[in-house]
Amino acid sequence: MIEAKNINFYYGDFHALKDINIKMDVNSVTAFIGPSGCGKSTFLRLFNRMNDLIDKTRITGECIVQGENIYDKSIQVDQLRKKVGMVFQKPNPFPKSIFENVAYGLRVNDMGDKKIIAERVEESLIAAALWDEVKDKLKKSAFELSGGQQQRLCIARALAVSPSILLMDEPASSLDPISTSKIEELIHNLKKDYTIVIVTHNMQQAARISDMTGFFMMGELVEFSETKKMFLNPEKKETQNYITGRFG
Amino acid sequence: MNKKLSQRIAFMVFRILGIMVVGILFWILGFIVYNGIGVISWEFIFSAPANGMTSGGIFPAIVGTLCLVVGSMIFAFPLGIMSAIYTNEYAGNGWVVRFIRIMTNNLASIPSIVFGLFGMALFVNTLGFGDSILAGSLTLGLLVLPIVIRTTEEALKSVPNSYRTGSLALGATKLQTIRKVVLPSAFPNITTGLILSIGRVSGETAPILFTVAAYFLPKLPSGIFDQVMALPYHLYVIVTSGTDVEASRPMAYGTALVLIFIVLLMNILAMFIRRFFNKKLKTN
Repeated sequence: MIEAKNINFYYGDFHALKDINIKMDVNSVTAFIGPSGCGKSTFLRLFNRMNDLIDKTRITGECIVQGENIYDKSIQVDQLRKKVGMVFQKPNPFPKSIFENVAYGLRVNDMGDKKIIAERVEESLIAAALWDEVKDKLKKSAFELSGGQQQRLCIARALAVSPSILLMDEPASSLDPISTSKIEELIHNLKKDYTIVIVTHNMQQAARISDMTGFFMMGELVEFSETKKMFLNPEKKETQNYITGRFG
Repeated sequence: MNKKLSQRIAFMVFRILGIMVVGILFWILGFIVYNGIGVISWEFIFSAPANGMTSGGIFPAIVGTLCLVVGSMIFAFPLGIMSAIYTNEYAGNGWVVRFIRIMTNNLASIPSIVFGLFGMALFVNTLGFGDSILAGSLTLGLLVLPIVIRTTEEALKSVPNSYRTGSLALGATKLQTIRKVVLPSAFPNITTGLILSIGRVSGETAPILFTVAAYFLPKLPSGIFDQVMALPYHLYVIVTSGTDVEASRPMAYGTALVLIFIVLLMNILAMFIRRFFNKKLKTN
């Protein structure tokens, strides 16, 4: 289970997240929607501490992942990031071969010898529904793949180190509709093994793939409920306005 | 004047100026080749100067220059790269880094003769290395350090940030990220720094004047505490203060030709290295 307790987050003087409380279940898909700059991506990046890389940020409150407050001093951030994988908005494969891209996380985390790595790479590519397309060209550059394939490669790369949680920051926003539907199908299949948290701009996408949906606005979590309820019968007026396209 | 005509005139001027740069380069090269090619022979390249430097060859100077190039690179390269990694990857953007950058630029603008003087005071006298390859290499290394740092910084900056975040998000440490993703991606551009500094080192005269260069030393060095002849200094010597300046003039052009050839050769070699690694990078 993932939990946020009284989270406040600041970029310098800017109060980006205001008193967020939320609980997310394991093996579910949680989607965050909301207008640009509402804080949904910032919130997502809290869970693998990617916000640490930005200067002059400050956080109060607790982020609990598998029973541990990940902002506790005793937490090793690289270990946390192995457990909580991330897929970015734009596919960002390394300038390496397809194989080496997936093997990278295994190598930096010392996860096994040559044989184990080869097996794990294959498993991950199968899980990311990319294996059949690349099995004959594992040594080729990752840049030779299409954008959608690159994004699935990045998903495979994240899966390789066996995370239990997968954060996705608008993973399909730079892809064409066919690639997007492949990614969505993939998310649906990954749900049984992973807890997935996804930020998306696309409300239909949230409605299609998620079990729970949270609506962010101006740094506040306005509403968080079951996706079905959220889209059919939202509690708050702001949510209603947003999902019916009256603003945002 | 109509628009089309003024466009034409402007482009013509740009084109002429652009071609002029190439023209000047070829003029210099042509001039040196024309005057120097006559003395080039196996003997010229592989033997020591003879008869008061009016005949014989320049082998000791070639060897000396190569020693200095290698020596200064051994010193300047690791140091420059590590310092660039610090400023670009670790130090953030505070006043310390800004201060280091400004100082690096200042270091680059110090006249090379001052480096020579400093090298003499520190390496030759205080540290007691004497006039030696070691003292000369260290002095030349200091001279090119800013070039190495700046080109490495540029190379690191051109590595997309998404590589770094991608790597960190997989649980890699910062050091692993730098070693396995950032440096390999920046490597082809870092070699550009190598090219520039090698060119600079092989051509500099002032820093080696008081630290290593010998006026006339027909034998080859046997260790890092030996003095050596060097091509640019040898050129200076035979043009200004040989036993018979007129008679050694062809030797001077020959020396210049060899110097230019060495620099050009290294540039071309480095270009191939860069191409090769650029290609390899994407699949490795």
